[in-house]
Amino acid sequence: MSINTKKVIKNAYRISKVRGQTALRIRVPGGHIETRFFALIDEIASRFGNGTAHITTRQGLELPGIDFERIPEINKMIRPLLESLGLDREITDDGYPSAGTRNICACIGNRVCTFANDDTTAMARELERAVYPNDLHFKIAVSGCPNDCIKAALNDFGILCTVEPVYDASRCIACSACVETCAKAVTGALSLRDFSVLRNRELCIGCGECIRKCPTGATRRSPEKSYRLVIMGRTGRKNPRMAETFLKWADRESIVKIIQNGYAFAQRHIDRSLEKEHVGYIVDRTGFATFKDEVLQDVRLGEKVIVAKHIQWGGYRYTSDAGFR
Amino acid sequence: MGYQLSREQFDRFLDRLQDDYRVFGPALDSDKGAFSDTDRITYKNIRRLDDLELNRKSYFSPKEIFFPIRETLFRFCEGEPTVPQIDDKKIAILLRPCDSNAIDRLDAIFLENGPFEDFYYKRRRENVRFFLIECATGFDSCWCVSMNANTTKRWDVAFRFGEDEILVDVKSEEFLPYLDDCPQKPFEIRFIYENTKKVRVPEVGEVTLDHFAHELWNEYTARCIACGRCNTSCPTCSCFTVLDAPLGAEKKMGERWRAWAGCHIDGFTDMAGGHTFRQSRGERMRFKTMHKINDYRKRFGKHQCVGCGRCDDVCPQYISFARCINTLSDCIEEGKRK
Repeated sequence: MSINTKKVIKNAYRISKVRGQTALRIRVPGGHIETRFFALIDEIASRFGNGTAHITTRQGLELPGIDFERIPEINKMIRPLLESLGLDREITDDGYPSAGTRNICACIGNRVCTFANDDTTAMARELERAVYPNDLHFKIAVSGCPNDCIKAALNDFGILCTVEPVYDASRCIACSACVETCAKAVTGALSLRDFSVLRNRELCIGCGECIRKCPTGATRRSPEKSYRLVIMGRTGRKNPRMAETFLKWADRESIVKIIQNGYAFAQRHIDRSLEKEHVGYIVDRTGFATFKDEVLQDVRLGEKVIVAKHIQWGGYRYTSDAGFR
Repeated sequence: MGYQLSREQFDRFLDRLQDDYRVFGPALDSDKGAFSDTDRITYKNIRRLDDLELNRKSYFSPKEIFFPIRETLFRFCEGEPTVPQIDDKKIAILLRPCDSNAIDRLDAIFLENGPFEDFYYKRRRENVRFFLIECATGFDSCWCVSMNANTTKRWDVAFRFGEDEILVDVKSEEFLPYLDDCPQKPFEIRFIYENTKKVRVPEVGEVTLDHFAHELWNEYTARCIACGRCNTSCPTCSCFTVLDAPLGAEKKMGERWRAWAGCHIDGFTDMAGGHTFRQSRGERMRFKTMHKINDYRKRFGKHQCVGCGRCDDVCPQYISFARCINTLSDCIEEGKRK
């Protein structure tokens, strides 16, 4: 059997532990899929796979137990799935054009969730169109609010949808519902002085809890949406770590542009002697300052935006498992 | 006097009113819901027919127009108080019969309850004119008929908003000049006489002390989160608290405000010395229920609740006040059978 594994992997098929068998990796941007595709997925799994589907850690679907020779046939069948991505490119019968950039994850977002500050599915799909196909191994996730249920903090680029509260003292009854919820469940950014609410903008993370809690509509949503961008979080075998905040109160256009610039940054600096190098390790080599300069190129950040001056990532290193010594 | 107005004629009517009146009505506040990408119907300044949203119920009632959420009662400096001036332009409010009745309930509290009239309420209330919106079908969450609040005689001008024409009945002569060039047509406003939602209200005297201690309230201790939305959206909740805000380095100046308060909100029954009368949320629900359908009625001969259903619409815990009243009635019936 002759299989070009690199080509197969790039085509979104896995080299599995069972010789001769692969698994198809279906992209589901934002983890939201039209159920009309279930029949197609069922047909592929039943006819060519082992009749099962794995819901992947990145919200995709993986159909195992497929013989390699079935790939061309399956690629024709999945054309509607590719078309549904809405990419700005011609869709062929050749299956997925790349698999490096991982499925873009999102929580259920404001189509359903009361906490969410934006439509995360729509944002994930917009980002998919902006960055896919691409062979670079990037992980991107969108969370509807700073609760970060999707764990954007473990991605190379994590987007937390935020909202800046707008306060109208003339509607405030000084019930303290916002102050208390912020103090107990968030950052304590709010305080009551002379029966009016003061907000510490540095402490405020834009979660929107104060807006949800207000019984009179004294605290409302700002007309513009805003986003916090957290970067270079990861798991892995060397130095797993949470992402750190790069930008706060950024607009959507800037976020998309910065992520696209992130790809260009990685292309410029990647160590090609390695099989693959994750973007976080590239930033570790170049330093945050270089990364920052390059990704902010041609980005017109609004006046509200705050940019991190320095970032010192933490996490742990397996080479210094101090607890065992 | 009846009139038939085209949409353009109605807009011109509003236009002509602007010099003498501020006109308020239910309008769409897009993107202003508590959840993202949601809207809310609120009372706003109306300048054109298109500003009005008549297919959905307003989240808050019109009471905030003449009973401000927060109001400065007086300012003081070295013992000299001054009462703030108010805009004394007349106010026309587009409202439905339930809200017209709700204002009657507020009037009773502020103007007829005890020997003193509430000066602050009265000076704004005197400027209010009622533009009644015909409401012959209601909304799914309304129970105005059960509360005898479905009809009203209290209006200055009544409107039926049709697709292409607006029928108008003018009862107050002060509005005739604004319509003098409009075609006349006799028109009589209709009311709603049956809601989908029906509430059985206990008769005064049927509610006894046993019902105060009844276990039915425990459910609300478990469910209510004391957010206060039922109070702030209610057109008849009239409670307020008084706050003193000091100003200046020496704190010798200041303002005394009053702001809405609500019996479900923490702190409502806090006393000097730290005592709180109604700790549990079930007790707060009981207090509200009794006031809305029993105690107020004993005093004024009518229900305070007008069945607008806003409390049911806005409760984040899906607590239904209508169901609560029915549950209380069931308990009373059950007690009678025993």
